[in-house]
Amino acid sequence: MNTTTNNDKNMRLVFGVLFLLGLVAPFVVYPTFLMKILCFGLFASAFNLLLGFVGLLSFGHAAFLGAAGYVCGLLVRDSGLSPELGILGGTLAAGFLGWVFGKLAIRRSGIYFAMITLALAQMVFFIVQQAPMTGGEDGLQGVPRGNLFGFIDLDDNMSMYYLVYAIFCAGFFVIYRTIHSPFGQILKAIRENQPRAISLGYDVDKFKLFAFVISAALSGLAGATKTLVFQLASLSDVHWHMSGEVVLMTLLGGLGTIFGPLVGAATIVTLQNELADKVGSWVTVIMGVIFVLCVLVFRRGIVGEIQALIRRSGIN
Amino acid sequence: MEIFGIPSALLGSQLLIGLINGSFYAILSLGLAIIFGLLNIINFSHGAMYMLGAFVAWIGLTYFEVGYWTSLLLAPVLVGLLGVVLERTMLKQLYKLDHLYGLLLTFGLALIIEGIFRDQFGVSGEGYAVPDALTGLIPLGFMNLPLYRGWVVIAALTVCFGTWYMIEKTKLGAYLRAGTENPQIVQALGINVPMLITFTYGFGVALAAFAGVLAAPVFQVNPLMGSNLIIVVFAVVVIGGMGSIMGSIVTGLGLGLIEGITKVIYPEASSIVVFAIMILVLLVRPAGLFGKS
Repeated sequence: MNTTTNNDKNMRLVFGVLFLLGLVAPFVVYPTFLMKILCFGLFASAFNLLLGFVGLLSFGHAAFLGAAGYVCGLLVRDSGLSPELGILGGTLAAGFLGWVFGKLAIRRSGIYFAMITLALAQMVFFIVQQAPMTGGEDGLQGVPRGNLFGFIDLDDNMSMYYLVYAIFCAGFFVIYRTIHSPFGQILKAIRENQPRAISLGYDVDKFKLFAFVISAALSGLAGATKTLVFQLASLSDVHWHMSGEVVLMTLLGGLGTIFGPLVGAATIVTLQNELADKVGSWVTVIMGVIFVLCVLVFRRGIVGEIQALIRRSGIN
Repeated sequence: MEIFGIPSALLGSQLLIGLINGSFYAILSLGLAIIFGLLNIINFSHGAMYMLGAFVAWIGLTYFEVGYWTSLLLAPVLVGLLGVVLERTMLKQLYKLDHLYGLLLTFGLALIIEGIFRDQFGVSGEGYAVPDALTGLIPLGFMNLPLYRGWVVIAALTVCFGTWYMIEKTKLGAYLRAGTENPQIVQALGINVPMLITFTYGFGVALAAFAGVLAAPVFQVNPLMGSNLIIVVFAVVVIGGMGSIMGSIVTGLGLGLIEGITKVIYPEASSIVVFAIMILVLLVRPAGLFGKS
């Protein structure tokens, strides 16, 4: 009893400190860089909801990030909608796409689930590549940021940052609440022992599908926001490399931990930024090496290792 | 001459390309199925191994004057050895863990291999000349069959059916099937299962390399040739199910042909037709055409 309240207190402290850090960060670090981290942090956290808490490996999450980015970009640039409606449209589109993916992929489990999501995402990639309004290889360029609610000018990087920060916090809160709700408990039960969850009377497929849709929609939220930040929806966001990258972020940060995906996303984005000028196309190789190391010797990830350290020191 | 308003030469050549692609799908999905059967992992680096096979042939010809026929033997052996090393040093550590880790590890390996080749050779691709003995056309009346393309289909199918024969009819194949069913008991009967697993992985990726050498003169030798292919092969595996060797062969060939026909009738859809069929199969028969349960 005593330890749980202590844990809750510690958790609240961590949340509070991080929240404040996020508020002052743009005065210290380049805001666009921070926005990129926040977008990928939300993307990876949404992905982790599936892999870390339901045990479903989707290898097609790029489709949600990318498709939402394109939908948002088209709505804002070509239909002249406001940014908040663009983001909403992108999120809903990704949620719907997630429902379709989920309906199909949940029919198979384990390794097949991963292959099906990958194949479906590849199909989305080809459709985006060939569709007449997406700009093909060039992507969707010149997406205006516009005015939020009609009066906040998002071309100002600071306003844009706080919008992204608010979206990130909201998305993160949804994930946190989902994990810590009775619904989340059932998801974990499915991960640990699916036959048992079925025997207890839970409609496992329905729960998986719902989790999949939430994860897809939040990935879409990240993608749509990212499009506004960079004023660009690019083909690389729909590519399977991106699906692999989000797996890597989650794995590196710590699978099934709350903050792991954010830490992983920050690490990978920083690494890519730092390395891009120095090593050029070796970035892919380095990502591959990190992948292999994570799987072979670092399966708990950064946050997972830290938690294990704390637990060990707590016992002693 | 026309069939349904389509020039027969066009239809014929697209069907042939479809058949070639289909036989590559068959070889690759066959390899994936064998590896999955014994190792319980999906080898994401299978596409990279296919690409490596093509590059071994190209590098051999360009820098060391190693001809096509030698490469056809040499590339599978070298890539197979690489597979053995990877299995012994890395994959081996993952058998007690969730299947997904095997997928993730081999994904990382694919990134490494592809990244290195992309750095060295760019993405534009290199040409590989058709070997002298196989140049020329065979007139078939309705179309001219390029000799090499005919050879690719025959060679690929021979290897597929050879593999089927080895697994279904020989003693080694019996060990392999038994190992897939119950490795503990096979081990207890005095068969070296870890060795069998290593051999299986090496053999599976050697098949991919063999397909890569066959592909070199037909398509460009390109660092990305494998990753584009492997995702389609995954869809093929989902459609066919990994339970049956013959099922893999039939599904691979059939889907290649369908893709070829689509290229003639409605080219825009040719890149997604396999995925569309996968969706259909998932809706109608979720276990796959040849899958159990």
